[in-house]
Amino acid sequence: MAKSAKSAPDAAQAVRIPVMQKVLDNPFLLLFLGVVIPTVLYIMWGLIELTQIPLAK
Amino acid sequence: MSVATAETGIIGGIAAKFRTCPATGLKIDLAAEKLIKANAVAAVVFLLIGGLFGLLVALTRWPAVHLLPSDWFYLVLTAHGLDVLLLWILFFEIAVLYFASAVLLSCRLATPRLAWLAFLLMIVGGLMTNVAVLQGESSVMFTSYVPMKAEPHFYLGLILFAVGALVGVMVFFGTLVIARDERTYEGSVPLVTFGAITAAIIAVFTIASGAIILIPTFLWSVGYISHIDTVMYKLIWWGMGHSSQQVNVAAHVAVWYAIIAITVGAKPLSEKVSRTAFFLYILFLQLASAHHLLVEPGLSAEWRIFNTSYALYLAVLGSLIHGMTVPGAIEAAQRKNGFNNGIFEWLRKAPWNNPAFAGMFLSLVMFGFLGGISGVVLGTEQINLILHNTIYVPGHFHATVVAGTTLAFMAITYLLLPLIFQRQVIWPKLAMIQPYLFGIGVAGISLFMMGAGTLGVSRRHWDITFSDATVTFDYPATAFLMMGLNGIFAIVASLGGILYILITVGTVFFGKKVDASNVVASLGPMPEKQVSGAVHEYGSAGTWHLPGTYILVSVFFLSFVLYYFVNWKYLSEVWPLS
Repeated sequence: MAKSAKSAPDAAQAVRIPVMQKVLDNPFLLLFLGVVIPTVLYIMWGLIELTQIPLAK
Repeated sequence: MSVATAETGIIGGIAAKFRTCPATGLKIDLAAEKLIKANAVAAVVFLLIGGLFGLLVALTRWPAVHLLPSDWFYLVLTAHGLDVLLLWILFFEIAVLYFASAVLLSCRLATPRLAWLAFLLMIVGGLMTNVAVLQGESSVMFTSYVPMKAEPHFYLGLILFAVGALVGVMVFFGTLVIARDERTYEGSVPLVTFGAITAAIIAVFTIASGAIILIPTFLWSVGYISHIDTVMYKLIWWGMGHSSQQVNVAAHVAVWYAIIAITVGAKPLSEKVSRTAFFLYILFLQLASAHHLLVEPGLSAEWRIFNTSYALYLAVLGSLIHGMTVPGAIEAAQRKNGFNNGIFEWLRKAPWNNPAFAGMFLSLVMFGFLGGISGVVLGTEQINLILHNTIYVPGHFHATVVAGTTLAFMAITYLLLPLIFQRQVIWPKLAMIQPYLFGIGVAGISLFMMGAGTLGVSRRHWDITFSDATVTFDYPATAFLMMGLNGIFAIVASLGGILYILITVGTVFFGKKVDASNVVASLGPMPEKQVSGAVHEYGSAGTWHLPGTYILVSVFFLSFVLYYFVNWKYLSEVWPLS
């Protein structure tokens, strides 16, 4: 059989998928990143700063 | 002859009816096809309504015409923003999401009934908000900043619309899971689908932000909540308001790749590079919302500068990459098609008489030169100060959303009509000039609004002559000229928009049926008289011999740098140090 004739490292080489491609092929990981990053850096950080504005007396 | 044979596929125990597209060979789920049609038709109806409101806005801001009284002006401005920025765009984007998932991946659409519920919610929500605005007590404009209060059904309509859109996005993600589980594709999804995934992810953040702020605002409008902090409202609202336009960017870039794949057979120059550019959008594009808050008190310089000058530049890098890879992919494909003479034969002999290609290329150029460069200027904290809340801002977003997104969506309509609606475009010669007419109009609108904004003209201002004001101000005469030219070009753009609507509606009702013998011809003039698999397959063009593209990109960079520093010079003149 053609497949079994390949050496083990060759077979591994043939199917190895780069890490970045795995990340980009996972829409739910991307969804997580795409929601969490702006929520933390834009909304939460912004809200924390707004809550620290002293109230007028 | 029937276009294709309908067949029943039982996949995963669930029956779905498919037809085979004679142009692309893709299996098209008939339920998905109906939903694409419904969402696209709803989009065009709201474009018509919102576009006419836009013409009334421009004719009122034209000082010599000054069409509407002030109360009607603000009512119409509210309706214009709502109908075109939200309803036209999001209905069309849902159609794009279903096309990029069920059609390009040749699989059944997840939960069509839920998708119809989403459509119904969007329709009911859109109509409810329109009714609230037209009743006259909700002229709070698109941003609806508190403490201005609209009628409760204004907010309720927006919430229903947002929930519908969110359900539609979830149907899209569900369809991706079905395609993967049922192995309708191998390896990675096509680049167009990846672009749609990017748009859908940004849409989730967008809609979630909208829900977080609009639900309490609705409760405030009915009296259950006594107070909403104005800056907090602005912060979260812009998480929706600006990010919704970032959904557009991702969607229209995906549409660019789809159009060039179908019309000239273009493959991405590099799948890795283009996907990385979309990845930068996913991570950073939403943060650009912060540029609307650059003059708000209470937010630190660190927050402002990180969210704009650092994160925004990484998102801009994504756009710069697409700005090179899209024309580069066209050049690579055209050279493969035999247009190899000199540096620019590939561009000269591109199918300029194909409205899909012409609209796409105009969208690319205007989005980059007008919308992209002005966006970076607005996103830079220091030079934002000379333009903040002037009419430069609508000038910028008419370049991105109208010249960029709307023109790209109009362009792909000329391919969807034969491929999805299975109708030949009526009036092909008028269709040929439509993108140019609309494009020239929108370019004028954007340029002259930005010009007037540079001279200090405020946005959303009913009367720049201050005719009945206690305290007056004299704008330079050039500002009045700019606003007049804006009105003239708004008429040109409206003619282009009306032509688009007449062609699309006429084609749906009266267009000749498309069949296997004429489907490719129905897609308009193309260098190759066949549709390649580039739109639904993974794979790169495999060449970087792109001399024409390198020259075009250099011209863009030079313009970018010059304009950027011109604005710093304007800033230096605001506060003379001597």
